[in-house]
Order: sequence, then structure tokens, then C-alpha cells
Amino acid sequence: MLDIHGLTASIGGKAILKGIDLSVPAGEIHAIMGPNGSGKSTLGYVLAGREDHSVTGGTVTFEGRDMLSMEPEARAAAGLFLAFQAPIELPGVNNANFIRTALNAVRRAHGESELDAVQFLKLARAELKRLAMPDDMLKRNVNVGFSGGEKKRNEVLQMTLLRPRFAVLDETDSGLDIDALKIVADGVNALRGPEFSALVITHHQRLLDHLVPNRVHVLAGGRIVRSGGPELAKELEKSGYGAMLAEAA
Amino acid sequence: MPADSETLDTVRSVTQSGYKWGFETDIEMDVAPKGLSADTIRLISERKQEPSWMLEWRLKAYQAWLAMEEPHWARVEHARIDYQDIHYYAAPKKKPGPKSLDEVDPELLRTYEKLGIPLKERAILAGVEGADQDGYVEGSGQIAVDAVFDSVSVATTFRATLSKVGVIFCPISEAIREYPDLVRQYIGSVVPVADNFFAALNSAVFTDGSFVFIPKGVRCPMELSTYFRMNARNTGQFERTLIIAEAGAHVSYLEGCTAPQRDENQLHAAVVELVAMDDATIKYSTVQNWYPGDAEGRGGIYNFVTKRGACLGARSKISWTQVETGSAITWKYPSCVLLGEDSVGEFYSVAVTNNRQQADTGTKMIHIGKGSRSTIIAKGISAGRSNNTYRGLVKVLPSAAGARNFTQCDSLLIGQECGAHTVPYIESRNRSAKIEHEATTSKIAEDQLFYCRQRGLSEEDAVNLIVNGFCKDVLKELPMEFAVEAQKLLAVSLEGSVG
Repeated sequence: MLDIHGLTASIGGKAILKGIDLSVPAGEIHAIMGPNGSGKSTLGYVLAGREDHSVTGGTVTFEGRDMLSMEPEARAAAGLFLAFQAPIELPGVNNANFIRTALNAVRRAHGESELDAVQFLKLARAELKRLAMPDDMLKRNVNVGFSGGEKKRNEVLQMTLLRPRFAVLDETDSGLDIDALKIVADGVNALRGPEFSALVITHHQRLLDHLVPNRVHVLAGGRIVRSGGPELAKELEKSGYGAMLAEAA
Repeated sequence: MPADSETLDTVRSVTQSGYKWGFETDIEMDVAPKGLSADTIRLISERKQEPSWMLEWRLKAYQAWLAMEEPHWARVEHARIDYQDIHYYAAPKKKPGPKSLDEVDPELLRTYEKLGIPLKERAILAGVEGADQDGYVEGSGQIAVDAVFDSVSVATTFRATLSKVGVIFCPISEAIREYPDLVRQYIGSVVPVADNFFAALNSAVFTDGSFVFIPKGVRCPMELSTYFRMNARNTGQFERTLIIAEAGAHVSYLEGCTAPQRDENQLHAAVVELVAMDDATIKYSTVQNWYPGDAEGRGGIYNFVTKRGACLGARSKISWTQVETGSAITWKYPSCVLLGEDSVGEFYSVAVTNNRQQADTGTKMIHIGKGSRSTIIAKGISAGRSNNTYRGLVKVLPSAAGARNFTQCDSLLIGQECGAHTVPYIESRNRSAKIEHEATTSKIAEDQLFYCRQRGLSEEDAVNLIVNGFCKDVLKELPMEFAVEAQKLLAVSLEGSVG
């Protein structure tokens, strides 16, 4: 589904990603772990097409298409979703309206009919109920005055409503209590299936208890230094990055 | 608000980036020769069949104007205006009323169609005989329209329904003939003839406008609306509007403007006067979309307007809401003189400038009455190489014990070459007054745009969403149908401002 080859990228002239090779087949969930500053968030932004992150080499192919040549909105329409580590506030913009506008933009790109406000609200309320989130989530302005946990939940809500084919979750579990963590895991698990893949960036094993990944990759210094099965995350939890990095060096 | 997504729909549906309402109607005109003199004024007064006191009032204004100088304190620049190179009177030639829409000048009907006026209203506006009888218009909407087609009100709708409750809504030229005592008592009482250069000019040469009178205790049963159109080439528009709300009366008045594209600058100097007695409320909403000129600012309209309301009575309230997207130059300060005890003044404004547009707009709140309160919410959006200035005065006189004002001025910048300026003047001469002023300037952040685009919105849709969010506090003050129109205008006005 997603194939990354030799990807290098820099921010403001500083090289951050130094050659990433990663393949996520359809239906799989891969976890990315690694110390702060290793380039995890940069990878997410580069996949989503953030303009101030310059790709200096390599390729990213999404379902056979050259993703690096696509505008951010075209990548979204193709089914890519990025759950932001720090979700952005949009003052005065109603959350329901924002999500509906996004959903309809994606539906239009697929040649599907748009949802009117009533159809959308029905869908959104059902989703809120399933995710055990309060209704007022839709009435508030996008992320304005949201607590850290509410912002993360709002990302999960957007993800489950937009139904992407590939989701990148950038530390969506950070700062969440165990109940909220379950909501994030439930959101991803709800989308899980042969047509859905995800890249889950996390610092913690505990999310992976609820969201068992097919593969775990360790990113350090802009490169993937180790890959393995779910047991790799447990090993990291026990012995930390230090030992592994020393070993890799 | 569901209208946000309508904005997006509109952007999609607009395929050309030129001025959407840039059309011109070609109908027979009765045009006065260019130039301003006492004779021009006599001609206007005569054509309008005015009483002699009106002519004298105009001539007095003209004398005052002759002694005044064009003001240049605003942050706007324009070439010298040649006041002798303007037609001061233009009217569609009056013919006997047509019997049906088939007999109406098809050009005029096409203009109404482009303005989106419903068919039955079009018949009334076009002066079809019998069309304005009650019953004919039933079910055609809740808005009464007084169409100012260039300088003459072609027709007025819904008059019968309104007159049942004693509301007078008619062209001011007609009011001068039919209700001379009312007009004489109030015209110039809020904006004196020599108030300022443009108001004096307007007082001398105004050709038409609207007159509204809401009698004591009456809540006007519908929104009152005027479409201003400027059609004749080189015809300055000098509209005069006078709204009087007696004790306990309530009225909401909508003013919407579109104009045809043209290549010469066009002067517009309107005067609007509002009078509110005890417990009366006047809500005056404007969506202004005059031709802003091309990308270099050529050919746009100069909008030099004096709007002022007098809260004469206790607990009276005057609320101005404006969405200004058009004109090459906007010079406009809808104001409230808060004389009545516990009277309330409000000003909600969105001013958008793009390309080479210049806007210097704001308000004046003059607190005289005890316990008078005012609220100012001004949102300026600048894009392209435009300049957008908020200029506001809050003045508290010694008599206004316990007066309060809250002012919030927010500026949003799109791109690198535009300018936003905030010029607040605060004068308080009563220690018990409370005045708060908040101002912010922000840019549409790259991360906001990226967030929206990551969710699938195009860059232009993302800008519109963010801009509409920014303006929400003002847009929610507009009547619903106007809010939708305003959002469409915002989208169209900012087309091509990013990327």
C-alpha cells in the first residue's frame, strides 16, 4: 500500500530524514518508535505534504501513485490522514462544519454525492456515541479551548468520519489517560481491515497493548535502525533506546 | 453555521475570477448636463417636484459646500475628483406603467434576474400596474424592496402590507411631497448640511433614497431592503436615507449594493440618518459590493459615505452591521450619538480589501446620556496590495455617567504586501465611564492552511473557512439571508488572494 524508498528530507536546510526505507502492506499496522528528535513527526509531515519540509531525495508510492508529486489535499483525497501531534485551532470555525466540509471535499474527489447537514449530523452523532465522546464536540470551534486530550480525541473523530485508507497517528496517545488511550485504539481498530493501514508514532508500549502492530520500527537519527515484531516494543519498554542505539552503532 | 459550506459551494461555482456582478443595463436615461451649480440643484429640485423649503435647504447646503475643502485625513489616496465632470441627475425615462412583465424593458428585467430578485417582486419593481396590490405578492417573501435604480426609485413593494400597520416605506423624493412635515423635522437633524464636505455635497444634490417611518409601538412586520445600483456612466450617486423609529418601534433595514463594471472612477456620497425615540430599535445592515476596480485599482468606485444614528430616547438602540467588500476606496464611519439615558449603540463590521483597494472605515460612539453603552466589533481583512484602516472614536461627555464601551478590533492579513492599521481615538470626560479596547493582528498561519488541506480542502476553500470563522462574530449579526450573501461575497472578494 505505502512504499517509502531512500526518503531524505530537510527543514530549513537541516537534514532530518537521512534515507528511510519502509513498506506498509495493505491491512497492516506499523508502529514507529524512537527518541525525541529522531525525525518521527517529520516523516508524518513529509508524507502529508507539508510545504516547509523539503524532500531532497527518494520516493513515496501510495497504491502505485507517486505521492510526492501530489498536493496535500490530493493526498487526503487519495485516502491519507495525518492525526497531528499538536492539532491546530481554527477560531470561529464550527467543528461539525469543518469535518463535513472536509468529508464532502473527499467525497467529491471520489465522485460521490455530498452529505447535507442532516445526513452528516446523523453519521457524526453515531460515531461520537461509538467513541464515547460528548455531542458538544461538534458544536465547538475546531480545537479552540479544547484540552490536550480533547484535541487528540477530535483527531480520532475526524479520522473515523473521513475513513482514510492510510492513517499516520503522530503521538496521538501522548498525554492521554488510560480511558482516552482506549478511545484512540478503538478508533484505529474500528477502521482496521484488509483495505486499511496505519503508521502509529508513539513513545509508549501501552498504546500497542490495545493496538497490536504487525511491525515495529525504531527511528533514530533520521534512519530506521531496527525493525521487528510487536515484541520489539516490549523490549524497548524494558531496556530503553540507549542499549539499542549503541548496538546499532 | 451551515452557511460556511455554502461559501465553499459558491467558490466552486464561480468559474471566472472577474467581478461577478459586473453588468450594465442599457435603458433610456434622462440625464442632466455635467457639472454642479445652483442651476443644477434647481433642476433636480424641479424634476423631483419638491416644495420650496427643500430647494432652499439644498441651496444652503451648496453654499456651505462651496466654502469647504475635500477632506484628506483618511489613509486613502486618489486622483483629484473633478466635481464639474459629474452628472448629478440621471433617471430612467418615465413612461406609463406597463400592463404586464411582457411590456417591461427586457434589459431591466435581466438586471433584476442577475440580482436574484424573485419574479413577482420584479413585476412590482418594474412598475407593472396592479402588481403592488396586496395579495399579488402574497407568499413571495418577507422582504420589502425599495429599488433605487440609479437615482430614481423605480417602484416600492409591499407598501400596502406595511401601511396597514402604519409603516411608511417609500422613496425619499415621494416622502418630501407626501409627508413634508416629517421630512422637514428630521432631515439634517442627525447629519447637518454642513457636517462634512461629502455630506454637504449630498445635501445639495441628493436625487433619491429611502424614507422609513415606524409609528409608536409598531414592530415592522418584515425586513426592509433596498438594492442600490449604479448604472449610468459617470453619474455620481447621492442617496439620502432617513429612518425614524418612534417610541417602542422596531425596524430592521437591509441595504445591499452591486454595481456594473466600468472604467472610470465613480463617486458615491450617500447620507444615512437614523432617529430612535424611547425604547425604539433600529438595526441597519449593509452588504456593500461595489466594483473595486481591476487588479490595479482602475475604475473602482469611491464610496464616501456619512451614516449616523441618533439615539434620542431612553433605552433606544441603534445597531450598524456592515460587510464591506467592494469599492476602490471606502470612507465610511457609521456612528451613534447616544443621547438617551441607557441608550445602546452597536457597530459590527467586516471590511475586506484585496488587490489595490483602500478602506478607511470605523465608527464614532458619542456618549451623552447617562448609562449609555456601546459595542464595537471590527474585523479587517487585507489581501493583495490593499490597505485597510480601522478608525474609531469613543467619546464620553461629562453627562454620560456610567457609560460603557467595549471595542474589539481584529485584523487578518493574507500575503506579504497588504497593510492593516488601527487608529482608535478615546476621549473620556466622565470618571465613571468604562472603556475597553482590544486589538489583534494575525496572519492566516501556514499550519492552519496545512491542517485544512490535509483534511482534503483546497487552499482557497481553507482560506474561506478561516476568514468566515474570523468574521463570525459580525456575520451572526446579519439577518440569515444576508449572512449567506455576505459569505458568498467574502469568498468572491478573496479569490486568487493565496497561492
